Amino acid sequence: MIEFVNFFIKYFPDLYQGALITIRITAVGLGLGFVLGLPAALLRVYGGKYFRWLAVAYVELFRGTPVLVQLFVIYFGLPDLGVTFSRLTAAYIALGLNSGAYQAEYFRGAIQAIGSGQMMAARSLGMNRLRAIRYIILPQALRLVIPSWTNEPISLMKASSVAFLIAVPDLMTKGKLVAARTYDPIASYICVAIIYIVMVFIMTGFVQFVEKKVRVPGFEMEELRV
Amino acid sequence: MTKPIIEVKNLKKVYGGREILKNIALTVNEGDTVVIIGPSGTGKSTFLRCLNLLTYPDSGEIWLDGKLINVPGVNQDEVRQHYGMVFQDFLLFNHLTALGNVMIGLTKVKGLNQETAKEKAMKELRHVGMQDHIDQYPGQLSGGQKQRVAIARALAMDPRVILFDEPTSALDPELIGEVLGVMKKLALEGMTMVCVTHEMGFAREVADRIVFMEGGVVVEEGNPNEMFYHPKVQRTKEFLWKITELYASSEKK
Repeated sequence: MIEFVNFFIKYFPDLYQGALITIRITAVGLGLGFVLGLPAALLRVYGGKYFRWLAVAYVELFRGTPVLVQLFVIYFGLPDLGVTFSRLTAAYIALGLNSGAYQAEYFRGAIQAIGSGQMMAARSLGMNRLRAIRYIILPQALRLVIPSWTNEPISLMKASSVAFLIAVPDLMTKGKLVAARTYDPIASYICVAIIYIVMVFIMTGFVQFVEKKVRVPGFEMEELRV
Repeated sequence: MTKPIIEVKNLKKVYGGREILKNIALTVNEGDTVVIIGPSGTGKSTFLRCLNLLTYPDSGEIWLDGKLINVPGVNQDEVRQHYGMVFQDFLLFNHLTALGNVMIGLTKVKGLNQETAKEKAMKELRHVGMQDHIDQYPGQLSGGQKQRVAIARALAMDPRVILFDEPTSALDPELIGEVLGVMKKLALEGMTMVCVTHEMGFAREVADRIVFMEGGVVVEEGNPNEMFYHPKVQRTKEFLWKITELYASSEKK
């Protein structure tokens, strides 16, 4: 046990560098996914026929194919068309596009759960559609979405390890290097796993903190205790 | 002199091949309380929603203050600012306090600043007797309290007319009184109101005119005295007799 602790302490600085990259990919991917996913959800619920199709096509394409394939197409495929990205940028884009598709579905679920009555009430006051969405629908939908949306940063952080396959120096890549250097893959990957799980815990804690902060009395989904 | 605020002519609405409204005509004069009654599924709510264009009619004319509003080029959001609407299931904005619910139309539609909006909202909340609950969220209010906030929200916009869509149908019997009380008060103060309701006591006491609708047409209309005691159409008599009987017996209990 003490050996493992020493091992962990010794290689932590290396792994820490990788973890920072993992956090960056997760953060950028999540942000990009939010910026793509929220409009996609809104278009799917409120958009005209063509916008709806566009949103559905986006979601189905990026949810229906492996993120690794998306990453390879962006990093290895697009240069053939004259579009070249750095490794890190390719990872940002692939994970952002992928996450956006999932986030769109979380948001759509929450928006639809708000119900058409709220929109009708807002319109009855003379609000136009955009304002009703901005001031009435979204403040409720974004609160409602938090519990299910929490899955997204977690699964995205873990999925970001695919960046290893285009040699982005993330936590996974660093772990592999440590394993190769020490000939101790078990200890190395357990260290990697520990760092992942700690990061996930911190993230979950943060989301729960935000959820509490924005809680509105009587609004949270009723807990059913049968 | 009474002047018409709303004039409806030959209004028609078809949903999925079914004619919900067939040739409805109605005039609402300034200060009138018009009560619309009729069996469920006869297009009363649809008619009410046509008045403020939440549902767009297929044909016919709706005039508001002498302006034809169901023609292309009319700003529907602007039209709706002249109507207040109160719904059966309240439809308060769940993420806002009672005060926030009344203020949001003032700040985001009328563009008032926070202070002016708050003052106005407080005035309307006092008007409906909800001044002690301004910081509570809808989830913390009873049905009757929610509906009174909803009425304050409608009032705050200074509407020409308020449309009530079965405002007491979702309430527990002992909460109906507080909402009807507020509505009565508004009627006496001269607010123009169009109410779809089954509250016959309210209709008899407060209505200037009762409109009996069935099957997408106006079967008969008249003042409460005519409608309750001397209806011209047999069907009106039957319906009123049945519904009065029903509510009278439940009131006794």
